[in-house]
Amino acid sequence: MATKIIDSKIPEGPIAEKWTNYKAHQKLVNPANKRRLDIIVVGTGLAGASAAASLGEMGFRVFNFCIQDSPRRAHSIAAQGGINAAKNYQNDGDSIYRLFYDTVKGGDYRAREANVYRLAEVSNNIIDQCVAQGVPFAREYGGLLANRSFGGAQVSRTFYAKGQTGQQLLLGAYSALSRQVGAGTVKLYTRYEMEDVVIIDGRARGIIAKNLVTGKLERFAAHAVVIATGGYGNTYFLSTNAMACNCSAAMACYRKGAWFANPAYVQIHPTCIPVHGDKQSKLTLMSESLRNDGRIWVPKKLEDAKALQAGTKKGSDIPEEDRDYYLERRYPAFGNLVPRDVASRAAKERCDHGFGVNNTGLAVFLDFSESIERLGLDVVRQRYGNLFDMYEEITDVNPGELANEINGVKYYNPMMIYPAIHYTMGGIWVDYELQTSIKGLFAIGECNFSDHGANRLGASALMQGLADGYFVLPYTIQNYLADQITVPRFSTDLPEFAEAEKAVQAKIDHLMGIQGKRSVDSIHKELGHIMWEYVGMGRTEAGLKTALTKLKEIRKEFETNLFIPGKKEGMNVELDKAIRLNDFITMGELIAYDALNRNESCGGHFREEYQTEEGEAKRDDANYFYVSCWEYQGSDDKAPVLYKEPLVYEAIKVQTRNYKS
Amino acid sequence: MDKNISFTLKIWRQNGPKEQGHFDTFQMKDIPGDTSFLEMLDILNEQLIEEGKEPVVFDHDCREGICGMCSLYINGHPHGPATGATTCQLYMRRFNDGDVITVEPWRSAGFPVIKDLMVDRSAYDKIMQAGGYISIRTGAPQDANAILIPKPIADEAMDAASCIGCGACVAACKNGSAMLFVSAKVSQLNLLPQGKPEALRRAKAMISKMDELGFGNCTNTRACEAECPKNVSISNIARLNRDFIKAKLKD
Amino acid sequence: MWLSNSSIGRKVVMSVTGIALVLFLTFHMLMNLVALFSAEGYNMVCEFLGTNWYALLGTLALAALFVIHIIYAFWLTMMNRAARGSERYAVSVKPKTVEWASQNMLALGVIVILGLALHLFNFWYNMMFAELIGNPLMGGLSATDGYGYIVETFSNPVFFILYIVWLCALWFHLTHGFWSAMQTLGWNNTIWINRWKCISNIYSTVIVLGFMLVAVVFFVKNL
Repeated sequence: MATKIIDSKIPEGPIAEKWTNYKAHQKLVNPANKRRLDIIVVGTGLAGASAAASLGEMGFRVFNFCIQDSPRRAHSIAAQGGINAAKNYQNDGDSIYRLFYDTVKGGDYRAREANVYRLAEVSNNIIDQCVAQGVPFAREYGGLLANRSFGGAQVSRTFYAKGQTGQQLLLGAYSALSRQVGAGTVKLYTRYEMEDVVIIDGRARGIIAKNLVTGKLERFAAHAVVIATGGYGNTYFLSTNAMACNCSAAMACYRKGAWFANPAYVQIHPTCIPVHGDKQSKLTLMSESLRNDGRIWVPKKLEDAKALQAGTKKGSDIPEEDRDYYLERRYPAFGNLVPRDVASRAAKERCDHGFGVNNTGLAVFLDFSESIERLGLDVVRQRYGNLFDMYEEITDVNPGELANEINGVKYYNPMMIYPAIHYTMGGIWVDYELQTSIKGLFAIGECNFSDHGANRLGASALMQGLADGYFVLPYTIQNYLADQITVPRFSTDLPEFAEAEKAVQAKIDHLMGIQGKRSVDSIHKELGHIMWEYVGMGRTEAGLKTALTKLKEIRKEFETNLFIPGKKEGMNVELDKAIRLNDFITMGELIAYDALNRNESCGGHFREEYQTEEGEAKRDDANYFYVSCWEYQGSDDKAPVLYKEPLVYEAIKVQTRNYKS
Repeated sequence: MDKNISFTLKIWRQNGPKEQGHFDTFQMKDIPGDTSFLEMLDILNEQLIEEGKEPVVFDHDCREGICGMCSLYINGHPHGPATGATTCQLYMRRFNDGDVITVEPWRSAGFPVIKDLMVDRSAYDKIMQAGGYISIRTGAPQDANAILIPKPIADEAMDAASCIGCGACVAACKNGSAMLFVSAKVSQLNLLPQGKPEALRRAKAMISKMDELGFGNCTNTRACEAECPKNVSISNIARLNRDFIKAKLKD
Repeated sequence: MWLSNSSIGRKVVMSVTGIALVLFLTFHMLMNLVALFSAEGYNMVCEFLGTNWYALLGTLALAALFVIHIIYAFWLTMMNRAARGSERYAVSVKPKTVEWASQNMLALGVIVILGLALHLFNFWYNMMFAELIGNPLMGGLSATDGYGYIVETFSNPVFFILYIVWLCALWFHLTHGFWSAMQTLGWNNTIWINRWKCISNIYSTVIVLGFMLVAVVFFVKNL
């Protein structure tokens, strides 16, 4: 194993003072110099838009790139539940420390302490900022902000705007960004996709981006590059990520030498609508809040499961005594409200044993019969009406409909749910300053690895994206740029730019030239199947090795049998997808390598060899208490090299998570 | 289980903003009813690629009805026949065996066609840049609970804010007017105390940009409201009118 | 000037002129009703609104309102057609909540103008205009004998039918125009929209019925 001293630049001092100390001593750039410094921000989600807006407002010249037609479409918009903050408005004993502690614990003790503390610290500023921007958070009758509770916490600290919190926060960031675009401090490029990062003398100095409308490659130079391009969930083909979500920007940085950290930590969300057929393009998430009143079950008898799979029985035909409420059975203390990773694995376990309840055998029931009987349909609909409607629109089944009565017990149509890929905790490695292992290259939001450890708690993704963009990066990037004030603007005619563009062009020519038989999607689907099967919820050493072999085969298939219709000039959606798929394959391998290396189970990473007798995840703190940092070795054919950033916990005592009692 | 249906698809094809467009006709066979409309187009595209032809280009992203990217005019309705739903939330069980389904892009001078069914909606961004914000510096605000906002006001602002910027209002309007979009944003911000100081300036700036970009004049046909996938109300337009008139009378 | 160079301003002009015209129609309808009760009374009103300076001024103002309303209508329609783009939808369906009138205001307006022209020819030309050019007997009756002209016009079945068509178009035009004006002036919200629509329908119906009543009564009288 290679050794490398990894400096995560964590400031000195007690945990609660680190960020304050950092800000007090960091270098700043004066206003006159800010005007002379350019920053490229790739991505316009919560992290990207808030960073671009803040940096532009501070006086830097910002170039902001967006893959969709407008920053408002970024996938942050789809987050439903809410955003956490340690405001303690509910007087239930919340504090910055508690939010910090819950996040570290929820992440199964694999996050970097100092980063998480800072996240908890700025969480309150985020709420202030968003309210001032006009984000219409839910309010109480007295006019104060309302809160709801969420998984993994004993306090009510989640702020929300109906079931559209992500949308409202993104629109807030988008409006701040729009203000800067209008003021001319940010130049916005929509329908552009980053293809490569340009390195000059070891520092990130620009990008090559493809104009998705004209198909042309364009060069952009800057003093620093920030990527905020989200996660890599679409490696699995089917996920709750949007269709355009991809990991190409992150892979471009990785190929240029930025380390990729903890790729194996992939979050699988337990309550998604199950896959209905092989033509499906993406999965739809049903809010986690459903688990507050819904009970999850599969049949006790295998013959009932068979009948459900064959379609000869319906869920409502199975009486209470023949139902196995397996979460309540296994986790009496938390029941249906266990964390996401635990609930997902339990569903898989039942389905693996043949108890799945739909035609594919890959679904479990989420049942509201009991709560409808207890609370009445009206109350249940008030809480979940929009989700019931959404479910009915997609599946044509109304979960609020009385379907059967057996021995005086009323049974309503249950929903069918199944886990799906939702979020990726891993990402580009960054230090405390959110700078990657390449100088001048920063990564923020989901695309970095820093704050969620091995598992992310609900309502924390929005918090992290905005924390990075509004309150962390705008400070830390100055510490880097303060040294750059004498560096003049770069010309995009420099050989480094020409070379990078040539390489991208060569890749495009190569892909267009394969002229095989298979569409991008058909190969991507196959990749997804392999990833889900062998690198999904339950991983084994043998399975991961098989996956690596199969991924090599996929790459070969891609390299030899891909077919892209149309021309490389002008808009070519298939070509763009092919470029992304090329990176998804590399990403898939990276996930498998990391999963294979990590001989323990923690959070979103579950190795079947490493579990307790009751089937719970078994961490190995003695050997794996570190961040895995993977370094590219110059070719997709070579295995990456692992470096370790040891985790140092000063404030928190590492414990085993327990949801049973 | 849903039954499978077969139908005829008439899809608008156009190579660029200045090119002449035309309809292509495709026969779709045995499409399951639980396929979403966009997945049905995926199936069509897979077939086209298999035949070595160029797939149909259309905008889509989140596929769960919130990003506002999908934008198809299906059988005479923006986002198709379902109400309160976007194209991506439309399922094939809404159609019948033997139907002819006509798919067109948004047609409006403000939204030129880029290719096939994809249009350029950057005009909406420009309107936002003109005033769709509250001028607040990062890190400058007071505590979030310092200003109380009555629940009904917050709720009304939220209803206006639920606009996804898809452009269905413009597509549905016989005048190509963007008033529903603009009014939703103006309403959201002008209703809230934080947005009040700039309320009149905002109304003027956004309307002036909207007019400059060539959108039409609202004649209150209410087609926008009827076709809006998020059920944004034209009462927002009344509020915008009110604020705009107030601003002009003050000048 | 914001009343001409902003979309809302232009609509405000349409609304204000429209409402003024509705008020004029209300007055005109009330005046007509007099004819049902008393020929002399009606002719007194006609005389009062003859070539006096205030009547002339009123007529000019009224004409200006009409002209502005009409010019803006054509102007707006032209702009709106341009905003719609060059390509039209192959399939287009009217959503249920959209009133037919709201999408055909210009066509309805044109019918109203044609009816107005007929009306001016039948009455105003023979009355006020005749007096103005100093030929009060131009139409065959005395210029102030409005009652006589009513009898003469509505005894003609062709005119009668044309007037009925005209009034129907007017009804459609008003039902949309009235609440739409309120909406444009900003006096609307989710509650008031239904109130305004209700008021709009009732008011338009009352006005149009008032006009029709006179036409029908005189047509029937002369059968």
